[in-house]
Amino acid sequence: MIEDLVIETKGLRKTFISKERRGKKEVEAVKGIDLAVRKGEIFGFLGPNGAGKSTTQKMLSTLLCPTGGEAKVLGFDLADQQEQIRQNVGCVSQAGGADMASTGVENLVLQAQLYGLDALTAKKYAAEFVERFQMTSFIGRPASSYSGGQKRRLDIALGMINHPQLLLLDEPTTGLDPQSRAYLWGEIKKLKAEGVTVFLSTQYMDEADKLCDIIAIIDNGKIIVTGTPGELKSSVGGDTIVFSFLSEEIARNAEALLTEKVQVEKVQISNNSIHLNIKDGERMMPELLRSLDAKNLEAQSVMLSRPSLDDVFLKYTGRSLREDEHIK
Amino acid sequence: MFIRNMQHTLKSPIFVFVSMFQPLMYLLLFMPLLNGLGSVPGLPSGKAVDVFIPGLLVLEALFGTAFVGFSLIDDIRTGVIERFLVTPVSRSAILLGRVLRDAVVLLVQCVLITLVALPFGLSVNVGGFLLSLLLYALIGITMASISYGFALIYKIEDALAPTLNTITLPVSLLSGIILPLALAPIWLQDLAKINPFSYAVNATRALFAGNFQNIGIVEGFVVIGILAILVFEWGLRSLKKMAS
Repeated sequence: MIEDLVIETKGLRKTFISKERRGKKEVEAVKGIDLAVRKGEIFGFLGPNGAGKSTTQKMLSTLLCPTGGEAKVLGFDLADQQEQIRQNVGCVSQAGGADMASTGVENLVLQAQLYGLDALTAKKYAAEFVERFQMTSFIGRPASSYSGGQKRRLDIALGMINHPQLLLLDEPTTGLDPQSRAYLWGEIKKLKAEGVTVFLSTQYMDEADKLCDIIAIIDNGKIIVTGTPGELKSSVGGDTIVFSFLSEEIARNAEALLTEKVQVEKVQISNNSIHLNIKDGERMMPELLRSLDAKNLEAQSVMLSRPSLDDVFLKYTGRSLREDEHIK
Repeated sequence: MFIRNMQHTLKSPIFVFVSMFQPLMYLLLFMPLLNGLGSVPGLPSGKAVDVFIPGLLVLEALFGTAFVGFSLIDDIRTGVIERFLVTPVSRSAILLGRVLRDAVVLLVQCVLITLVALPFGLSVNVGGFLLSLLLYALIGITMASISYGFALIYKIEDALAPTLNTITLPVSLLSGIILPLALAPIWLQDLAKINPFSYAVNATRALFAGNFQNIGIVEGFVVIGILAILVFEWGLRSLKKMAS
């Protein structure tokens, strides 16, 4: 195993058996995935609901036994070193798991004690995280009275109370208001700065794009593509440049000129605008503008847009991630 | 884990009392009927209250702890159990913490019910009573483990309630708590012999009366003790099985 791999899986599979009226039916939630998460990176696990993200995370945190394949977490074998994995990995499930009837402090102290810490150290750790996540104002109240953002902060503090080297986060910002989201993003970046490896499941493109060093897109229990956000986006193809002109006639002339001048992947005219699909658009743009000027084809406005991860998802799955979100 | 669960109970102590209503109702609304039965054949000798109260406490031990599984389902749903399971804490501590809490709550209830029964003329051997408490605790641990075991298997409330009723009702009817089994036809008496809780009822009645030589006492402790260990192990296996 390579030294700095924090998570390494080979053909990790999970099949659930669901009982139905006519006998049993096997549901393949995770269909054999290979993951390689390096130390210190934020690894994005991106996919729609039901793709197998949570199932994978539960296997990595020893909550579920894999049906097949092998995995090492922090160098420990998932099959027979579960104790060590539990001791050194932090985990925040989608549900969170804060105990609603207890106060935040009680939750934190108990969680620390479950990691084998004595009462005094547990209290010290709890206080440390109360301060770190700015929870002083509400942490003495029962968790049932917390807002969504406050509860999420407590959930994450609970998952980190053992100061893990690896933190598994399952959709930490789902259902949060924009402010709480931004706050959590900041905290996740801080973790990275401290050298903690973060395995982040998410269904949000923007989240994966902003936070993650590496993204694996999972759909239907399989990893479809892995790469840095930049790599994934450039794999979709080029950038889009939109030139707007005063009239359609000018637009047509401009089109003739531009297609002659450069290699474009796709060109479209709508109203008075040309949409060019082009590689390396950023660098090409000034040159294109100059040649338009030389022929007196004056552009009224120019817009450059880079491909988003939405485009990536669309390319590899044939569906838009957003469609799935609406269906749910 | 025990302390966490105890904290929960202490936060809503009212429920400790609510679950005592059923035995108190029996005490107030049913026991007077027994006094009128005084000379029915098969009723053990002695005052009705002395025979009835020990059985009533077994009934409380059965029903008071039978439905604790519902609280576990809530904890499964909100992810609390998963949060415990991702830590290295031993799996048995997770279950034992709850079961012991349930046993403590039960003992508080049993003491209170006994105190209420004293003005009704209950005479009780103190040493026998203390030993009976141990027996009730074992019954409580048994029923609570069964309840948690099924809760871990079903994970939804809908299926849990009927299952628990299916267990508690025949078990309590066949234990000779409400009416003595001596009144029953032979086949019913034979059936009662395979009900472990009827041994508990016999044991605690002997203890209340101070008949420490009664072989039924040993039988009761052995039967319920073994049962408690077996069902706790089964509950633990259900907890571990959640992972597959």
